[in-house]
Amino acid sequence: MSNASVLFDAPGPRARALSRTLSVITAVLVIGGLLWMFLVLNSPKESGDITLPGMFDESRWDIFANPEVWTFIGQGVWNTLRAALVASVLAVALGVVLSLLRSARNPWIRIPTAVVIEFFRGMPVLLMMLFILLVFSTGDYWAVVGALAIYNGALIGEALRAGLAALPRGQREAALSLGMRQLQSKMLVEFPQAFRQMLPIIVAQLVVLLKDTSLGFIVGYPELLRTTMNNLSSFYGNRYLFPLWVVTFLIYLAMNLSLSWFARWLSRRTASRYRPSGKGGPPVDPTQGMLVAEAMADANRSGSSTGDVAPGSRP
Amino acid sequence: MDVIIENLPTYLSGFGTTILLLIVSGLAALVIGTIVAAMRISPVATLRTVATVYTEVVRNTPLTLVLIFCAFVLPYLGSRMPYFVAAIIALSVYTSPFVAEALRSGINGVPVGQAEAARSVGLGFRQTVSLVILPQAFRMTIPPLINVFIALTKNTSVAGGFFVIELFAVGKQLANDNGDAVIPILLGVATFYLIITVPLGLLAVQLERKWVVQR
Repeated sequence: MSNASVLFDAPGPRARALSRTLSVITAVLVIGGLLWMFLVLNSPKESGDITLPGMFDESRWDIFANPEVWTFIGQGVWNTLRAALVASVLAVALGVVLSLLRSARNPWIRIPTAVVIEFFRGMPVLLMMLFILLVFSTGDYWAVVGALAIYNGALIGEALRAGLAALPRGQREAALSLGMRQLQSKMLVEFPQAFRQMLPIIVAQLVVLLKDTSLGFIVGYPELLRTTMNNLSSFYGNRYLFPLWVVTFLIYLAMNLSLSWFARWLSRRTASRYRPSGKGGPPVDPTQGMLVAEAMADANRSGSSTGDVAPGSRP
Repeated sequence: MDVIIENLPTYLSGFGTTILLLIVSGLAALVIGTIVAAMRISPVATLRTVATVYTEVVRNTPLTLVLIFCAFVLPYLGSRMPYFVAAIIALSVYTSPFVAEALRSGINGVPVGQAEAARSVGLGFRQTVSLVILPQAFRMTIPPLINVFIALTKNTSVAGGFFVIELFAVGKQLANDNGDAVIPILLGVATFYLIITVPLGLLAVQLERKWVVQR
């Protein structure tokens, strides 16, 4: 269904002309809207007796000529990246452990792990940050890192578990019949495959993690958002609120878009390497990928299917 | 435990605000998301581009940043709205691209062969879409949509940091007031979130099992 033209006959000259006209009209409307927004923001505002300069006036942006402001912002970016990096490493490690425990054969291990995962998956990260902050009084940095690590660790663990369950049963049977032990088969044969299969989903989850470091704003960790929107804006005054917001927005966009592109590239690469015939890679969207993996796992469980249906065939 | 029972009315009022936030911004996100998804699969190229840019930009912006814009920057630019409305706007805008993606992936998930088969049997555009494509797309769309709403439930907690007195803000306040019972209070808050998220999650898995394996 990626090619919608199957649905209707090829458009004739009149339909094509109509589509072109509509295209131009929307383009004009969108550009006009943006222009209007720009003009409204840029127009000087009367406030009581004084006239405030427009939002794009030079006097509102002059702080960005000061290198110290940029060092300050750089410090915030570094704090964001530092928290995200440490939390990602811990989250992946935790996810690996949880997925192994979750797919253990012993129900005394498997079921409590499942409950723990469900518990952490269903809770807001912010609540966990507050919990760590108040109960363990670890300081803001570890509250942010700890909460992000636990929450995303639970999600990654569930993704890896689904990846393990979606593997063809033959893999495990082959490993066992070669004389490997349960644990050997899991660590040497099944887990590496599941990890590779789920790698795009894990990276997509790490994009979410990077975005969620901004919650540090609420618990008082001086990451990018707090640096710009709280420290800098109270230091320089409210009139820099809008410019500071725009700069923060652009920095976040740059960071997250590059990571998202990396995730997409990775997903394409793994897709083409492991399934040369399949065109569409596994889904980048974490939840969607999870559902597909779960469905595959079910198909494995329920029937004689050897799991040769590539998940990539279902985008 | 006593602290929770004593403060149950406070909890419930916070829970009510959370539910209200969830329903109103969920519906708004559904509307915006459907429009964006329709734009993304439309034959008009400009609409497609606009929708793609919107999705990419909003998806890669942290929710906190959107909330700051609605709660702090907009009032400075001259809007006069209560924080609750600001939170609803921020949550709906933030959630809408995820809804759009869920819808779009559902439609894209129907194999092309289905449409080709329908067309070659002689069905027209309307028949193909309404009898063959949409019934299948719907099934693939509902479970991811439920997941989007689970995420929205958890995200409403962020509004608690911006002067909306919902569950998270209530918990924070109660924890400040009863310094000796922080753990039970916060676990109580967590329970209320789990009351919404866990059943929704089970529902999503259930529907997925029921529907996907059939194909």
